[in-house]
Amino acid sequence: MTNPQLAVDALPPSLKDQDGPVFREPWEATAFALTVKLHETGLFAWSEWAETLSGKITEAQANGDPDLGDTYYQHWLAALEALVLRKTDLTLDQLLKRKTAWERAAERAPHGEPILLPEDEIA
Amino acid sequence: MSSHDHHHDHNHDHEHPRLSELQLRVKALESLLVDKGLVDPAALDVFIDTYETKVGPRNGAQVVAKAWADPKFKAALLADASAAIKSFGFEGRQGEHMVVLENTPKVHNMVVCTLCSCYPWPVLGLPPVWYKSAPYRARAVNDPRGVLADFGTELPGDIEIKVWDSTAELRYLVLPMRPAGTDHLSEDELADLITRNSMIGTEIVTFPAKAQEAAE
Repeated sequence: MTNPQLAVDALPPSLKDQDGPVFREPWEATAFALTVKLHETGLFAWSEWAETLSGKITEAQANGDPDLGDTYYQHWLAALEALVLRKTDLTLDQLLKRKTAWERAAERAPHGEPILLPEDEIA
Repeated sequence: MSSHDHHHDHNHDHEHPRLSELQLRVKALESLLVDKGLVDPAALDVFIDTYETKVGPRNGAQVVAKAWADPKFKAALLADASAAIKSFGFEGRQGEHMVVLENTPKVHNMVVCTLCSCYPWPVLGLPPVWYKSAPYRARAVNDPRGVLADFGTELPGDIEIKVWDSTAELRYLVLPMRPAGTDHLSEDELADLITRNSMIGTEIVTFPAKAQEAAE
């Protein structure tokens, strides 16, 4: 922001971060890329995506998220999970199992070394 | 490593897991989709790199600068924005159905996406945090003049402010007014004046450029 005269009572401080990074954490970039690539395969129409995302944003707001833009990719991820579960044969159970597998792998991996998923946990 | 160190590290890890809940969810999703052959991990990397380093508001600035310098191009841009922008090689996701909104001494245009954050990626890159925030999405519609004031933009009271709500099908790019005193500038020099926010419509282009923007 070149002229930082934002009214703090009107717009949140994050608005001052005008040229912040496109993605604040790598997982945001991955979630973004997964969505576009899946759309390109024809798994869902972009209008379907926008509808799902805006639904998740509305849901989060109803649950008390002030929705200042910093949680945007959390809504994005929730929408992506919902669409993948709806459009592929992946199940919630598979997602949760795989998540636990990554959690265990992360606990096991020595510091400074990559976290790898052992073959036997790939269900 | 001594057992004491190990114990310490273990506790440390426990308090600060190496992967956050969100990271774990993304890793689970990504790895399952890759296993199923639904996404190609190499393509993901290329795609992310493109959006982090190659696509950004400088693309849009080139388009605007050309429209300022070349009346024929400007007419083509206003008639069929997607085709005119494609001539720069900027195309792809979220740029298929572009509409360019021309600011005039009578009308100032401002773009929002009230539902989510639809945005013309090929010309502006990915949206800034504030564009995605609920306060901007609500206030752009209810109080556009207030939003402009928040961005330090003051417009004469007789200028009409039009707010355009993007959709999944339609993306807008604002064609800001060329500032006075820029007749001698080249297209590249003009492009340097053009800020991302001026192409969303929350700022106007000034000459000379504001110090920080000139340094961008």
